[in-house]
Amino acid sequence: MAAEKIEILDTEGINRALTRIAHEILEKNKGVEDLVLVGIRTGGDYLAAQLQQKISEIEGQIVPLGTIDITMYRDDLGSRNDLAVGQTDIRFPVTDRCVVLIDDVLFTGRTIRAALDAVIDLGRPRNIQLAILIDRGHRELPIRPDYIGRNLPTSRNEQIEVEFDPQHHAQAVSLIRT
Amino acid sequence: MTFNPKHILGIKELTAEELIFILDTAESFKEINSREIKKVPTLRGKTIINLFFEASTRTRTSFEIAGKRLSADTVNIAAAASSVVKGETLEDTAKNIAAMHPDIIVMRHGASGACNYLAERLNCSVVNAGDGTHEHPSQALLDAFTIRQHKGRIDGLTVAIVGDITHSRVVRSNIYCLVKLGAKVRIAGPRTMLPPGLELLGCELCSNIEDAVRDADCVMMLRIQRERQGATLIPSVREYARFFGLNEERLKLAKPDAIVLHPGPMNRGVEISSAVADGPQNVILDQVENGVAVRMALLYLVAGGEKLQAD
Repeated sequence: MAAEKIEILDTEGINRALTRIAHEILEKNKGVEDLVLVGIRTGGDYLAAQLQQKISEIEGQIVPLGTIDITMYRDDLGSRNDLAVGQTDIRFPVTDRCVVLIDDVLFTGRTIRAALDAVIDLGRPRNIQLAILIDRGHRELPIRPDYIGRNLPTSRNEQIEVEFDPQHHAQAVSLIRT
Repeated sequence: MTFNPKHILGIKELTAEELIFILDTAESFKEINSREIKKVPTLRGKTIINLFFEASTRTRTSFEIAGKRLSADTVNIAAAASSVVKGETLEDTAKNIAAMHPDIIVMRHGASGACNYLAERLNCSVVNAGDGTHEHPSQALLDAFTIRQHKGRIDGLTVAIVGDITHSRVVRSNIYCLVKLGAKVRIAGPRTMLPPGLELLGCELCSNIEDAVRDADCVMMLRIQRERQGATLIPSVREYARFFGLNEERLKLAKPDAIVLHPGPMNRGVEISSAVADGPQNVILDQVENGVAVRMALLYLVAGGEKLQAD
């Protein structure tokens, strides 16, 4: 059976969701003081850069931006065949900062568990918050996002695809049924 | 790409694509070594045994630190303090160690092919830390990593390797590695220390150090392996230093931005003068630093994937 692809968010829709999340982050943290953004490779790092841009448009300040690769913290080393490891690039101390972790899709929560360990290995943040573009449900761990672009109940055999243009701007979010 | 090796026995068996994948993986692990807390949980619960039948400071320490920074349990066995001195064979020693269920054995041995021999007989992964005059894959990879770090590429570079070629496993692994990655490799050393047929590996043989070093991007010096009869193949150490030692004068023949590598241990005043060894072009300590990242990548790659589940 051919895969069916349904568009959930277009470029405009993603833009509005990110603008709202940027405002929510500023509201909750009462500004940009001690705020840092950490995007999870790959996808979350692009969204984090877009959020950094939006926050600077609102507040006129550029908050520090880092990217994190969670491969070294995964719990499935023995069952994975793609062993590629990306680079973690966080050039600021995270200790006593308010870290906003950013990912594109929240599913089982295992990636976020790994990302929490990865951030904590770099220092002791004052708090860690989680921003997600799409929450598709099916959590296997007690993890809850603080900022959500869109809640999208899915079945396990469906997939969510987030497409980025060559400048790494999110273009579309689609649901794929096979 | 999918690269999921069970063992790392030599560079000869690896493709250029796989070598680059290892270097890229090492690049990601390098960042951990500059953190305040130098540890990631990647190999938690894995046991690594460093089985060293020959003397080693750098390689053994480097593999041990690499394993520990990945949270593996590492155990060191030095042959001088083991049952080997009581007459046990390699196979028996290895089988006894294997019965304790390590995930990886990192071995250095004086006999060429010893790691391949073990890999055929044991269930666990085997990583070659130097076998006789055969290969020393992690050294060649850290050399390539260091060259790429300083030159931005390997393809198209000219690399001169000078010293006791016959007895050097480092040179064999380096020729395989650098030629596969597109470098031009020149080899020089006393006639008595050049094995016949070396050019079949794709390198160029030079009869003197000057020809090898001229316009090179990288110069790699090797020591005379006195423990492998290297010393009887030259009239004297002083004469060797005069004809094949790298001094400032000879280094000027290379490109002005050439880098100087040495796998260690160095014999100052023999194959390399102190002025060069401590000079601005040397990257010798970068090699040692990068060695940890490269070995982390190798341990990670042999431990990962589905093969360990099958045992």
